[in-house]
Amino acid sequence: MPDRPAPLTIEPAPSPFLTADHLAFRDTMRRFVAREIEPFASTWDEEGGFPRRLYERAADVGLLQLGFPAAYGGVEADPFYGIIAAQELARAGCGGVAASLLSHTIGLPPVALAGSEALKQRVLPAVLAGQRIAALAITEPGCGSDVAAIATTARRDGEDYIVNGSKTFITSGMRADFITVAVRTGGEGRGGISLLLLEAGMPGFSRTELRKMGWWASDTATLHFDAVRVPAANLIGRENDGFRLIMHNFNRERLGMAAGCIGSARLCLEETVNYARMRRTFGRPLIAHQVVRHKLADMAMRIEASQAYLEQLAWQVMQGENPVASICLLKNQATLTLEFCAREAVQSFGGAGYVRGAKVERIYREVRVNAIGGGAEEIMRDLAARQMGW
Amino acid sequence: MKLLVPVKRVVDYNVKVRVRADGSGVETAGVKMSMNPFDEIAVEEAVRLKEKGVASEVVAVSLGVAACGETIRTALAMGADRGILVETDAELQPLAVAKLLRAIAEREKPGLIILGKQAIDDDMNATGQMLAALLGWPQGTFASKVEIAGETIAVTREIDGGLETVSLSLPAIVTTDLRLNEPRYASLPNIMKARKKPIETLTPAALGVDPAPRLALVTVVEPAKRQAGKKVGSVAELVAKLKTEAKVI
Ligand SMILES: Cc1cc2nc3c(=O)[nH]c(=O)nc-3n(C[C@H](O)[C@H](O)[C@H](O)COP(=O)(O)OP(=O)(O)OC[C@H]3O[C@@H](n4cnc5c(N)ncnc54)[C@H](O)[C@@H]3O)c2cc1C
Repeated sequence: MPDRPAPLTIEPAPSPFLTADHLAFRDTMRRFVAREIEPFASTWDEEGGFPRRLYERAADVGLLQLGFPAAYGGVEADPFYGIIAAQELARAGCGGVAASLLSHTIGLPPVALAGSEALKQRVLPAVLAGQRIAALAITEPGCGSDVAAIATTARRDGEDYIVNGSKTFITSGMRADFITVAVRTGGEGRGGISLLLLEAGMPGFSRTELRKMGWWASDTATLHFDAVRVPAANLIGRENDGFRLIMHNFNRERLGMAAGCIGSARLCLEETVNYARMRRTFGRPLIAHQVVRHKLADMAMRIEASQAYLEQLAWQVMQGENPVASICLLKNQATLTLEFCAREAVQSFGGAGYVRGAKVERIYREVRVNAIGGGAEEIMRDLAARQMGW
Repeated sequence: MKLLVPVKRVVDYNVKVRVRADGSGVETAGVKMSMNPFDEIAVEEAVRLKEKGVASEVVAVSLGVAACGETIRTALAMGADRGILVETDAELQPLAVAKLLRAIAEREKPGLIILGKQAIDDDMNATGQMLAALLGWPQGTFASKVEIAGETIAVTREIDGGLETVSLSLPAIVTTDLRLNEPRYASLPNIMKARKKPIETLTPAALGVDPAPRLALVTVVEPAKRQAGKKVGSVAELVAKLKTEAKVI
């Protein structure tokens, strides 16, 4: 057989925001993902999980510690490190691994921000070292987008709370040791919500695994609380101040999800370019057909525009601003870009894109979870419009 | 004991190199550069010796353009304590590198110098040996295991027939083979700490070395393209073609 074209890597354009340290971290992440995740991604996805020791391996490179206070084992770093981490993880083409590996990035910020000293000491170092797993549980069978409507209750009983209710679609729900749970401690609406840290093994706490369209490597669960007794010391922040903490959490989550989606979209482009250079149809490489080249150009255009938007917002966040509306719009820009690129990638692969094991096939099954989780597209539009005063 | 580890900036091992149109070498403009993988193994071994308490300091040295400073940073992020950059735009060949390293060794007085057995760009496999000769130190090349006891070092070498262990008295030169260790990742906290570690910048002139090349490069050409395969109908035809076309039997 004649020489095949060597596969190309499609790197993000040079960024004015990145220093030599950012690039060094990207290099570390690139090697980490290529050695520790990518070769196993397909197997882990098919098997429905990845080994627990990956958390410790991720702590070895500083991935888990990113953005948490140094006093509790974290590494304080600007948002561009988080973007690099999300986009390099995306190169494995297995969003489920990243979702569970990084579930503490939604579970722990409330603890780091508002938890008592004792709680921080007990929870943060162990999770940031990869020895314990943390998760966030807001969504319930009865409500998701409408966070203020949660029905799980926590009733004060002496030095404890008694928790009753259930949570669903919880990432790392099966394996988490610490779970930040939104509970109703007060009256109706957003003013009656608190965050409480539940722990594996508490009597009355059980879980059921959920099977999903994609993200198979991520354990997702419904959590059941049947009169679970939780020490009041596990309250995160003040009673009935939970809604504010939840909303604060969303900004970081959405920025990270947007970064991951753009990274996955870029991988779709890269995979398609490489496939189209090799695959021949009608006597020519697929990439020599104008229709296919135009698809690639349309993908690249959306990816680079989204990346520029992402980096500009990350810079604003770094300046201490809180561009809520823009982050909502960015998340949609990113998920719609992913949707477009995943579609065109699988289409360009033909049957080979429909067969399990191809990265583009996995990514195709991960489009909807990104467009639904962390704030659904419809909710993002509405929130952005309202924030802008419309 | 102080350890000296030379680290070379080379085209990243994932890059498929392209020959320059004029045959003067391979294209490096706009190409990702990294630390030579064998040098990563050398840094890892040095850092492990420090962690075991056998060594007290690890000094990383790089020779070449200013960007070699980033290669030193990588070594510092892996755990080296400080760096020395000998900055020059001159093309450096192994003999010049060995002379510069000798000058640094005379200043630093390390107990052990650990080098990669070769650099993946020109695959010379020469610098460690030349340096040993210039310094008059014993050498243990292609190391797959090293053990230091007192004033001696036992180096297990990968040779054609198997493994050979030599015992050298310190100070000595060791060059690393692939199986010596698996280098660690430069973690984010260590990347950040590395920024604060000192790098001293010197020049060949300051070290009293003339780095001018002694070898002239004639030309660099791409390897021949692989030919398309052929299907043969029978064993007899295969044997005939191996004799007449491939001329291998
Ligand atoms: C794989 C996976 C992992 C997840 N992980 C977690 C986790 O770790 N922790 C956690 O707490 N949650 C998690 N979620 C839940 C996720 O956050 C919710 O699914 C999401 O917030 C949407 O809520 P819902 O599913 O209840 O949909 P609903 O709120 O019932 O919405 C259904 C649809 O209606 C639309 N809609 C709702 N209200 C309006 C309106 N007012 N106007 C117009 N359209 C509207 C929505 O946009 C959506 O399209 C996860 C979900 C998935 C799929």
